[in-house]
Amino acid sequence: MKRINGSRTLRRQAAMVFAAVLAGSVIAACSSSGSSSSAGGAAGGSTASPSSTGIKKGLVVYFIPKDTQNPYEVLADKGGEKALSELGGKVVVSSGTVDTAAAQIPSIQAAIQAHANAIVIAGNDAKALCPSLNQAAQQGIKVLSFDSDVACGSAPNHLFINQADTKTIGTSEVDILAKQINSTGQIAILSAAASATNQNSWIVYMKQQLQKYPNMKLVKIVYGNDDPATSLTVLQGLLSAYPNLRGIISPTTVGIQAAAQYLNTHKSLLNKLVLTGLGLPSQMKPYVLDGTVKEFELWNPSNLGYLAGYAAAALASGTATLSPGSAFTAGSLGSYKVLAAAAGTGPSVVLGPPTVFDKSNVASFNF
Amino acid sequence: MSSEIAPPAADMQAPERGQPSAAASRPPWWQMAVRWETGLVVVLIAALLFGSSESATFTSPITLFYAGINIGYIAIMALPMTLIMVTGEIDLSVASMLGMSGALLGNLWHHGWPIWPAILLALAAGVLGGGLNGLLVTRLGLPSIAVTIGTLTLFRGVAEILLGSQTIPLASDRPFPAWLTKIGVVPVSGTELSYTTVIFIVLAIACGIVLHATPLGRAMFATGLQPEAARFAGIRVARIKFWLYVFSGIMCAFAGILLTAQNSSVSYNAGFGLELNVVAIVLLGGVSIFGGRGTIPGVVLSVAIVGSLQMALTQMNIDPNVQQIVIGGLLLISVVIPSLGRVARWLGPSGHKPQWALPKRHRQ
Repeated sequence: MKRINGSRTLRRQAAMVFAAVLAGSVIAACSSSGSSSSAGGAAGGSTASPSSTGIKKGLVVYFIPKDTQNPYEVLADKGGEKALSELGGKVVVSSGTVDTAAAQIPSIQAAIQAHANAIVIAGNDAKALCPSLNQAAQQGIKVLSFDSDVACGSAPNHLFINQADTKTIGTSEVDILAKQINSTGQIAILSAAASATNQNSWIVYMKQQLQKYPNMKLVKIVYGNDDPATSLTVLQGLLSAYPNLRGIISPTTVGIQAAAQYLNTHKSLLNKLVLTGLGLPSQMKPYVLDGTVKEFELWNPSNLGYLAGYAAAALASGTATLSPGSAFTAGSLGSYKVLAAAAGTGPSVVLGPPTVFDKSNVASFNF
Repeated sequence: MSSEIAPPAADMQAPERGQPSAAASRPPWWQMAVRWETGLVVVLIAALLFGSSESATFTSPITLFYAGINIGYIAIMALPMTLIMVTGEIDLSVASMLGMSGALLGNLWHHGWPIWPAILLALAAGVLGGGLNGLLVTRLGLPSIAVTIGTLTLFRGVAEILLGSQTIPLASDRPFPAWLTKIGVVPVSGTELSYTTVIFIVLAIACGIVLHATPLGRAMFATGLQPEAARFAGIRVARIKFWLYVFSGIMCAFAGILLTAQNSSVSYNAGFGLELNVVAIVLLGGVSIFGGRGTIPGVVLSVAIVGSLQMALTQMNIDPNVQQIVIGGLLLISVVIPSLGRVARWLGPSGHKPQWALPKRHRQ
């Protein structure tokens, strides 16, 4: 009897522990949306007033990143804050903690209710955000996307701030890998979420470019959901399924770091396996300096946010439009022109070509 | 409403112990006065006051519509979860079920199916998925937590196979019908309520009547409190549990269709991770994780609290991590407080245990 009591008590305790764990994990799972804000100039919504340059003062721009923790997007948001503070406006950064559309929709609603002048969003989903964004556009809020575009067609019409020409990113990563593995062998892609628009459009061009390298074979695309633990798990699965793998392209800063860390602790793999992709120089520096990774690329995320901030201000002030050729000045970056819609992408502005990082230059970048 | 129809756990448990003391056979006065739902009403009022004082836009009517858009489809999944948890089981596959039905709808739509047959098939997937959970739990006697963690992964995997990395409709597809997708854009005419909110209210009333005013509802409480006694009393415990899982499957499939319409699109990861939000809402609503205790009004209040807190905190630009601490803290309190009252009973020779934690020989 006593033994049974003991085991029942144990089970009861186990149940309570489970309840507590559930409660705890909800802390990580509740995708409620929120934000941190940083003020540059005057507060307040639609009270913006025009200045001599045509850019209104007191603009409020909502930056809605994929989530609030992604180091890459934190830098981009900072660039946006810098731009708006130069213009006498204000950036509000608002998003959830998980990369889902549901976590971003409350932030769009908050922007509408706060009568923001513009929204700059990195879409977690190509279409699920469109109804909410369209409601914002109908309230006169200018909609821009950056990092990861949304595919809303004309509802709403929006400007995509492209980090680098989509095709250039896809093809250049394949070229970098081909150079290092003599254009021969099995390769794989470690991506972010399977629904991430930017990842998928780069992968399309990677596949296209691979046709130029008949001896390189793409055997698998795995998805690490921009989560280090998940990325590691799918990477291990990949390595055990394809022991002859020669190369991995990870076009996401989270994925490439997780992979670099793994290779760094499994040096025997380095003799046959090459890793490249898109990474942050600050995170990748140790792996480049010790030879784990030879080359990777990225654009300056801070500049991307800075450009998006200026573009948002220009649209909201009416000094730029979505029509092709419409020009605006982006502070220290100089002058930019709106490109015409093409191949699934609406009107866009391209930041510039990606920078390739290796031992010679990786230490000189601080993002 | 429920104190008469759904006896408090303390009453039902009293005969179970060897020597019920006079004090324990009747709950103390403060337990009668301070029901869980009373506490929830106080928290809800506090949340509403907090929202309207701290956020300039909280009291605008559109807040109600937005809150409904954000939480309506989650709340719909909380209703079958409540019934299942009252019988002492759990269903962690709800959000994956939502994802799978939406993915099936998207897949069929992409392949040119008309909308109604596609919707019916998506609902049928809910029946099948729920039936699978029910069979594994009731016929094979497996712990429901293990079964539904398995189907959580399984259903999401099927969704990924159905849609891959695509978001449906593609540019080359027909858009979803406008009468369907308008539920994400406009409130029900004449109100500020989203369509999902109205559907949730109707379903909540139906579930409330079944749980609190029918012999079936009483049988669910009995099943959660004392499965063996319930079986000997002639209650078809396994059958009730089986059909509750089917009900859960079909409700989650329905929520998946609503979410698809609301977003005018669907991708395989729709509703990812929401099972924890659903369980959180149900627990905060005062439903015991051990089974046998809980009310539908409590869960409705819990939905209102979580929905209004989320709106208020987002409007106030509170860091999302802090928001999670607030909601996680509320949840922890909701798990801990009812347990304090039971500490004494735990020390006794017999106690209350969750069905999902037991092996078959102890289960019904």
